[in-house]
Amino acid sequence: MVVFENISKSFGNNVVIQNLSLNIKRGQFAVLIGPSGCGKTTSLRMINRLIEPTMGTILVDDQDISKVNPVDLRRQIGYVIQQIGLFPNMTIEQNIEVVPKLLGWPKEKRRERVRELLEMVGMNPLQYCNRYPSELSGGQQQRVGVLRALAVSPPLLLMDEPFGALDPITRETLQDEIKKLQTDLGITIVFVTHDIDEAVKLADVIILMKDGKIVQAAPPEELLSNPAGDFVREFIGKKRLHVNYDVDLVREIMNSKIFTVTKSKGFAESIALMRQRNVDSLIVTDDDGRLEGVIPVEALRDVAGKKMINTIGELEPAKVPTINLNAQAREAFDTILSEKLPYLIVVDSKNRVRGLVTKTSLVKALAGVVWGENADDE
Amino acid sequence: MLIADWSEIIERILVHFQISVTGVALATIVGMVIGIALTRFPKIATPALSIIEVFQTIPSLAMLSILLIFLGLGNNTAIMAIFFYSLLPIVRNTHAGILSVDPALLDAGRGMGMNSLQVLFKVEIPNAIPVIVSGLRISLITAYGIVTISVLVGGGGLGRFVYRGIQMQNMGVMLTGAIPIAAMAFLTDLLLNALEKRLTKHSRPRLTA
Amino acid sequence: MMSEFLSVLESNWGRLVTAFSIHVQVALIAVLLGSLIAIPLGIILTRCPRMGKKVIAVLSVLQTVPSMVMFGLLLPFTGIGRPTAIVVLTLYSILPILRNTYTGISDVADSYVDAARGMGMSGRQVLCRVELPIALPVIVTGIRISSVYIISWATVATIVGGGGLGDIIFIGVARNNHAMILMGAIPASLLAITTSFIIGRIAKAVTPRGLRRERAR
Repeated sequence: MVVFENISKSFGNNVVIQNLSLNIKRGQFAVLIGPSGCGKTTSLRMINRLIEPTMGTILVDDQDISKVNPVDLRRQIGYVIQQIGLFPNMTIEQNIEVVPKLLGWPKEKRRERVRELLEMVGMNPLQYCNRYPSELSGGQQQRVGVLRALAVSPPLLLMDEPFGALDPITRETLQDEIKKLQTDLGITIVFVTHDIDEAVKLADVIILMKDGKIVQAAPPEELLSNPAGDFVREFIGKKRLHVNYDVDLVREIMNSKIFTVTKSKGFAESIALMRQRNVDSLIVTDDDGRLEGVIPVEALRDVAGKKMINTIGELEPAKVPTINLNAQAREAFDTILSEKLPYLIVVDSKNRVRGLVTKTSLVKALAGVVWGENADDE
Repeated sequence: MLIADWSEIIERILVHFQISVTGVALATIVGMVIGIALTRFPKIATPALSIIEVFQTIPSLAMLSILLIFLGLGNNTAIMAIFFYSLLPIVRNTHAGILSVDPALLDAGRGMGMNSLQVLFKVEIPNAIPVIVSGLRISLITAYGIVTISVLVGGGGLGRFVYRGIQMQNMGVMLTGAIPIAAMAFLTDLLLNALEKRLTKHSRPRLTA
Repeated sequence: MMSEFLSVLESNWGRLVTAFSIHVQVALIAVLLGSLIAIPLGIILTRCPRMGKKVIAVLSVLQTVPSMVMFGLLLPFTGIGRPTAIVVLTLYSILPILRNTYTGISDVADSYVDAARGMGMSGRQVLCRVELPIALPVIVTGIRISSVYIISWATVATIVGGGGLGDIIFIGVARNNHAMILMGAIPASLLAITTSFIIGRIAKAVTPRGLRRERAR
């Protein structure tokens, strides 16, 4: 789908990319990663000709892109950036239909497409179409940023650190969504990040770069189990938590920055908070912080408008599996995997909520499994 | 080329400068007081600033001629007009300069036992000085233009040469007035800009100082 | 005083109307011409920022030359009369509009331009659909500043035979006729204040709704 043939790029005397060759196959999720200045963003931006290579050829879909009009090329390739870049003067709908409009789609078709896309990520078109980017949270904005890039169903999507500016929990949700979109739509994604956890979680192939060259290009498992040289080992190692799957306790790997509400919290206020934090469900506790249960966003949506609700306590939270914070990490993961849970709530002996274990914790710990025995390198 | 003797030129330059500086100086004193007062009464700040802004919108010849009715022919009219035009940049910049003081500095000042007057003179005003100088620069340059025009209401600056030159259709006479005016504006811009930069760099109070 | 004013007003009504309409015409032509020059020039300068800063610096120095001097300097070339007034006023109207066009467009965040280009907008589409709409309030503010200056300096244009309300003020001063002075000065002031207010409203109206909130924050 994307082929780099002996690509070099220099800005003045500064060589950024050196004789780089690369082949990203159709339907792959390829992640470019490396320390800052390694040339990953430059490589990405050469694919849609925002930067022109000094030497070499880039093929997209077997076509030499230097022979394609850059404007036409870019309209066929989705593009998502870290700063999101939703146009502040346009509504959500107008933002999403930018490329369809450039391609001259009729109005009806554009409208329909916008609705379809918003529904695909669970955003109510009636609620969001006419709002402006500044009225949305960062997570919602980037969701729209992704939809905008997907508007004309491009076979290829370029993403430049798209989730880098989001808070950890939102980032994780969006990672899950993009992975699902990619699988469902069968598109090819080239994704730049500096976060190894993100790369491991998303990639079919990780391309680790340094000083404008590829150090290793391999599927995540291979990169983790068989790092090519010290740089790779160090790069992965620096990022990973030293978690030992067998020995460590849940409390050491959980995410303790979580968002809970008490039963006495106002209903409207809770909804506003959820929107602001961009979370999908409310973890409800009593006044002493003891877990009552979880209310998923759908349940809130169902009751909203049907009857008057003043506080969260008037709703019936669903019971969910929990794990004690002093349990073994392995136990938490086994539960998540076997019951296919998105997360597991961590409680203490008095059933007070203390944190969350998520799939990302799992990924981090996985890195720990591979090098867990190297705990002596500290 | 010069159609005036040197002593007259020098005298006109001095008068031109003197009228401008007097007007701006008056406006600086009054303007800083108003600017500081407005930081203490944030509710009236916006309406007060827009009222002062209206003064600046009044065409200069209209302002001069209206003031002429009250103050008569001569330099006082020009000084007063300059006062009104200079008020806005100075009030606005004083106000903005003081509001931009880092709250940590104010806290530090109070924490060290300064009373509110001491905080004003030792922390807030010094912080606002570079912005006020920027207001001064704008005011002075505007003032030179107003003094020039004030010849039409009996003012005595370099405008006399320019006006005489226009009436006589004599380029030499006109330049005798125009060149010193342009030079004054240019020098003022240069000097006060440099001063502003210096002040911004060095004399702002810092927590670590 | 009041009755004197009214009688002067009555006997000079025709003259006032003529002067007022000339004043408006001269100012309008100057600001329109100024905008036609300054907006495209400002846009072009954003494409070569090094040039842009220099051009604006040079124009800023020119702007410090008092209007009366500028009228005088151009007089030998354009002669007594309205053309001189219009040429000088046009020159003066350029800088504020140019500066605001330049900074307005330069201040549009790079991420918007990057996103727009990356999505396949041509240079002109980026300008018309993203940069100009976001910069428009700033540009209109430039036009407002310019208009206020021009209305003011158009009164001074009387010394080169530009006509307008300056003529009436000038006659009033020459004859020491207070009613006459006010008859010129008050309409001129009201014209400037109203124009400033109306264009200020326009600047608000052209601010895209999505940006109003962002700026209010």
